[in-house]
Amino acid sequence: MTDPLVLCIALPLLGAMLVTALPRWAVTLGIVAALSTASAAVALTATVWQHGTLHLMLGGWDAELAIALRADGIATALVLMANLVGLGISVYATGYFHDRIRVRSFWPLWLLLWAALNGLFLAGDLFNLYVMLELLGIAAAALGALTGNRDAVAANLRYLLVGLLGSISYLLGVALLYTAYGTLDLGLLAQGVAASPELYGVNAAAMTLMVAGLALKAALFPLHFWLPPAHANAPAPVSAALSALVVKAAFYLILRLWLDLFWPITDMAVAMLPAMLGAVAVIWGSWRALRAERLKLLAAYSTVAQIGYLFLFLPLLAATPPGPARDDLLAALLLMALTHGFAKAGFFLAAGLVQTNAGHDRIDDLGGTAQRLPATTFAIALSGSALIGLPPSGSFIGKWLLMQGAIATGQWWWVIVVTAGTLLASAYIFRVLSRAFGLEPTPLKFVTDARAEVPALTLALVSVALLGLASGPLWTLLGLGDAGGGA
Amino acid sequence: MSMSQSESRAAERNRDLSLLVAVSLAVLGAALTWLYFIALSAGAAPRLADLAYERLPGTGVSNPVTAVLLNYRAYDTLMELAVLLAALLGIWSLGPAAPGFQRSGAVLAGMVSWVVPLLIVTGGYLLWVGGYAPGGAFQAGALLGAAGVIVRLAGDPRAGLPGEGAQRWLLVLGVLVFTLVGLGLMAFGAGFLTYPPKFAKWLILLIEMAATVAIGVALAAAYVGGRPPGPEAQPTAEDEDALTAAETPTPDPTPALRPQP
Amino acid sequence: MLTAQFLYGAAGLMLFVLGLWSFLVHEPLLRKIIALNITGAGVFHVFIAIAYRGDTAPPDPVPHALVLTGIVVAVSATALALMLGARLQDAEEEDQSR
Repeated sequence: MTDPLVLCIALPLLGAMLVTALPRWAVTLGIVAALSTASAAVALTATVWQHGTLHLMLGGWDAELAIALRADGIATALVLMANLVGLGISVYATGYFHDRIRVRSFWPLWLLLWAALNGLFLAGDLFNLYVMLELLGIAAAALGALTGNRDAVAANLRYLLVGLLGSISYLLGVALLYTAYGTLDLGLLAQGVAASPELYGVNAAAMTLMVAGLALKAALFPLHFWLPPAHANAPAPVSAALSALVVKAAFYLILRLWLDLFWPITDMAVAMLPAMLGAVAVIWGSWRALRAERLKLLAAYSTVAQIGYLFLFLPLLAATPPGPARDDLLAALLLMALTHGFAKAGFFLAAGLVQTNAGHDRIDDLGGTAQRLPATTFAIALSGSALIGLPPSGSFIGKWLLMQGAIATGQWWWVIVVTAGTLLASAYIFRVLSRAFGLEPTPLKFVTDARAEVPALTLALVSVALLGLASGPLWTLLGLGDAGGGA
Repeated sequence: MSMSQSESRAAERNRDLSLLVAVSLAVLGAALTWLYFIALSAGAAPRLADLAYERLPGTGVSNPVTAVLLNYRAYDTLMELAVLLAALLGIWSLGPAAPGFQRSGAVLAGMVSWVVPLLIVTGGYLLWVGGYAPGGAFQAGALLGAAGVIVRLAGDPRAGLPGEGAQRWLLVLGVLVFTLVGLGLMAFGAGFLTYPPKFAKWLILLIEMAATVAIGVALAAAYVGGRPPGPEAQPTAEDEDALTAAETPTPDPTPALRPQP
Repeated sequence: MLTAQFLYGAAGLMLFVLGLWSFLVHEPLLRKIIALNITGAGVFHVFIAIAYRGDTAPPDPVPHALVLTGIVVAVSATALALMLGARLQDAEEEDQSR
């Protein structure tokens, strides 16, 4: 029953090894690995759906000694999103990379990144999470520098160093927790933290070190400075993975620590700081996106803003007692994260296509794109509407519930932030679309390059239609956590 | 003059800023030390030590650190091998290796021909004793890597490594064997990386041997600092990055940064 | 035993803070990379300190193993950072020579 849990991590790892060893077959083997990994993720979702939270002690040792893997509702939903987006990126990459050396560099690193993502979502051990964070950071920086131009190398060197700093800070937090509680298992530590209110200072210090380190990786304002150049200069499939998945993984880990481990000390007052920073990120990121001259830079700043929204949920969750209202908030948070994952991946893939087709991605010179690349423009429009939060996208429901929660808990000021962010997002998306739809004759055919356009379009469609119109199962998935929770 | 004034003002601001950083970090250090003391006296000792020793007989090894690395927390070690590989693949993606150092003279070459076999034998020894005494795959791999570094310093541009094709297999050997052993155990119903006590010793030794080779090759290859030279990796104009090919007006076979003694 | 653990661990925390300081205030890449390694070494010190159980009992093997894993990770990251830095320097020298 717990097999898919292992396979989600072992399959991309195995794929990465084969792709490295047999570079001539990189694309074929890579696609096979991508398909089988995505199937494992689907199998995992089905298993969690049927049996509730999965838990596995690797090596069969006691909970203290072994490394735990676990899949609850939140983890499973994110794994499913990441793997579907990963599959889309893989298909797109087969058409994007042409030169031999770059193909051979991309596939192994991409599959290692994928293994790290799944490993991170499914880990239940704090030190194992550190190793996953490092694998993720190193693979991401190496992939981001793949274009080889100077800006990309400089931006990704900075990204690597900042990421390392974040992980070391996280690791010191882990060291403090091991000193005080003598275990690394998330479940056991949670019990320890809850039972030791007298160690408030130690818990608070560990939480600060870990969350600050992760906020650096999640690009929370004002620690976002490394993100726009790193994401904007990477090759398009890599940008999609970095923006849609890698940043999200760091946020997921913050959420995990916040809700599972440190819940006794994360009250309203503590949650205010990250939420305020998130609010500034929403406004600042959207404003910079509006002022951006290049399409990929716009998308990168939009990521800064979208990550900001996720942090707004923290004080609302703190102020809402357990019950249906809190479940709604959690589902809304997840819905926004998932929608952004699909939408931003679709947006970056489409932007990459615009860039290769036009030779540049300057927004002001995009006139006529709708005529030359109708399907791509449609993908940009769809994912753009999900980024704004227009109905029926998933983020519309997410933002709606967010505002409802804000009013219900008397924190009306977040409503202003969400509204302002949404208006700015509409402005930057329509700025792109108004350029792209020039007054030129109607297009000859809708799809010009299926291998590249279909993944972008599919991801964008999922973000708008599927997540919005059929978001019900998400609540069920989250509710399943109660069945088999605990160690 | 206004230039120097603004410069000195900027330097002053920098000084103020680094002073601020220093003071706040000193406060952080003091707070951390205090909280560390509280955490130490929280009574968590002996932490995992007793349990780790208690379970030792079932692990297949008698060195407790090896037991943690390759049995209790084998999954961490697997992923850490993947980290090393990812870093090396990142290095390879940045471009071909720089030319090596000058051929060594008779004295150095003589010394190298003594030291390198010694390092390899010591590596093998460390690998074997890792089961019951300090040692193991990482120490052994580090020695192999050091042998590679010495060989390259003595003038072999490949650091004694085989061609690219073979090198790729050696590099993935660690993770490949590790994962396949794990999945094989899972297929036989034991669970991923759950060794039956009867075979634990031999499975761990097998994984450690593969890991030693992979670590040694990865470290040496990282020192070479780029894709291995050879017919397979010979950069063509199309392959070369814009960074070097497009921006260099005249082909310069020796990048300025590389050591050329 | 607690005193030894405390002194060694506190030295590790000092290294962590010193490394952090050096990372934040120094511009050159090499200094930043060395600073990060010192920061990491400080955290490893803390792990080693809590593994110590006096002269009579054998040390806790778990933190030892964690530090071994951490060292390999640190070496890998340092290697990649150095190569990215070298690549960047190549590019800048080419820009200047034009």
